[in-house]
Amino acid sequence: MTTEAIRVYNRAPRHIPRRVVILAVLIVLAVVFAMPLLWMVSASLKPENEVLQSPPSFIPSTAQWANYSQAGHGLLPFFLNSCKLAALNVGFLLVFASMAGYGFARLNFAFKNLAFALLLSTAMIPSMVYLVPQYMLFREMGWIDTHYPLWIPNVLTPVFGTFLLRQAFRGVPVELEEAAKLDGASIFGTFWRIMLPQVKPALAAVGALTFMGSWNDLFGPLIFLNSTRLQTMPIALALFKGEYFTQTNLMMAAATLTILPPLLLFLLAQKYFVQGITMSGLKG
Amino acid sequence: MANAVLPTVAPPPDVAGPKPKRRPKPKPKRQNLAGWLFVGPVILGVLFFQLAPVAASLVVSLTNWSGLNTPKFLAFDNYKELFTADDTFWPSLKNTVIFTLAVVVLTIGIGLALAVLCNQKVKGIGIFRTLYYSPAVTNVVAIGFVWFWLYDPDNGLFNSTLRTIGIHGPAWLSDTKTALIAVIVVAIWQGVGYPMVILLAGLQSIDQSLLEAATVDGASAWRRFWSVVVPLLTPSLFFLTITQFITSFQVFGIIYVMTSGGPNNATSVFIFHIYEAAFGHGRLGYASAMGWVLFVIVGVVTAIQWRLEKRWVHYDN
Repeated sequence: MTTEAIRVYNRAPRHIPRRVVILAVLIVLAVVFAMPLLWMVSASLKPENEVLQSPPSFIPSTAQWANYSQAGHGLLPFFLNSCKLAALNVGFLLVFASMAGYGFARLNFAFKNLAFALLLSTAMIPSMVYLVPQYMLFREMGWIDTHYPLWIPNVLTPVFGTFLLRQAFRGVPVELEEAAKLDGASIFGTFWRIMLPQVKPALAAVGALTFMGSWNDLFGPLIFLNSTRLQTMPIALALFKGEYFTQTNLMMAAATLTILPPLLLFLLAQKYFVQGITMSGLKG
Repeated sequence: MANAVLPTVAPPPDVAGPKPKRRPKPKPKRQNLAGWLFVGPVILGVLFFQLAPVAASLVVSLTNWSGLNTPKFLAFDNYKELFTADDTFWPSLKNTVIFTLAVVVLTIGIGLALAVLCNQKVKGIGIFRTLYYSPAVTNVVAIGFVWFWLYDPDNGLFNSTLRTIGIHGPAWLSDTKTALIAVIVVAIWQGVGYPMVILLAGLQSIDQSLLEAATVDGASAWRRFWSVVVPLLTPSLFFLTITQFITSFQVFGIIYVMTSGGPNNATSVFIFHIYEAAFGHGRLGYASAMGWVLFVIVGVVTAIQWRLEKRWVHYDN
């Protein structure tokens, strides 16, 4: 399967242009990968009696857009919860991760290497190991059934974000920073006005990954929230299933609505996303 | 919990990218206050939210705590029970290992093929990248909905299609023989996006002059790929084997929504077993003991991967 394109190209007769072959392979694989989600969208537009019809038809006889308004109406409060949590997670995580990333990349302070090693080692710890004491801690703090456990611990433990941004800051020419210092900028001013704009793609990559992690988190809401009104999109979808489980078309419309925001985000940000990871020097 | 989705790993020192040019200063000035103000919040966060609870869980694992009772010290009874008296532990460990091996190998392999394709200069490539990445941005509950329906024994797309060519398809998720494979297929489908993006970034940072030199030397496209591209990608591939292992070994969401570990524990994985002990049966001490066993397994395998690193990973300098 690896380098399908190259292999196909080598076997292909000369008169078929390489671009046509590549395009064909791209389309076939896109169909394979997108097929389940395309079926989801197709089912979301069908009238109820058509969804379970056998053999199934891909194109709905009529596009029943009302499914979306009905599903969307039920999901709205949960959509707002998910938006709020995603905004808090992305905003604060970028602040703390970029500060720590800059500190580890450019400042010189006691126990720096030890602190960095400590930070990276936590990546290996399965969250299940500290889940029970964490739950008890949050219970003591009165955080159970609030949104706090779903963002504060995340934004203060941004291991991957710190790592990626540290790598990106290390790639910024030292001269830029020294010029700022000569102009009398403080360390914080240099960081904020000179260095941060240099690592925008890495910020976009970390922000996009954080958004998706927050948006799609199942475990956190499942464990730390009890009240329905506080729930996020994935859990709401599960609740929705309980309410409408006979109406597959409505369930599929709701599911489609939950994946639209991260999908649009990736479509718009994918260039910066890939660029940001390249910047980190995680390369060949 | 968002960082469970953002796996990371210590970088080998020499993948650190372009290094800043250092002036030959005799002794760099210390900036202790500024430095700790910058990294302090994150270090305190890790200590408070992760490392302290990890230490506490070791203590809890030696007790019979349920969260409500006065805990009694049991020494290693929880661990003994886990290894000798727990019917689900060994099957769930076996399932986890099969799941992890299949997902790590296949997501990285398919991710590499997709990355090569997505690196072609074709109009609208951004749309293709988004389509390949779309499963990776889909939440597991939505994934559960659609795959549950595709796998439906009677009306599902797979079995309906098989029926038209005269094959009676299996019950997929409710058959002990096929359930684990069915879940693995979904995990791979969802899991290839991340390696694809990381490897695409790796491909884009390959120095084109190396490939041109190989072409001038008469290397075929196939040969160029295996002798130039793949060796240059080994740091990214190494990063992925470590991170994909850590996340796959902790699989929870897909199992939770698709099978809840059934039928008859055929898809019970380690984390699911811990979750049930802690939040299903209120056995916090026992769940903590399992958490520590998991931690040790992940730690040992990761350490082995680091030891093997120099055998196959090439760095430019």
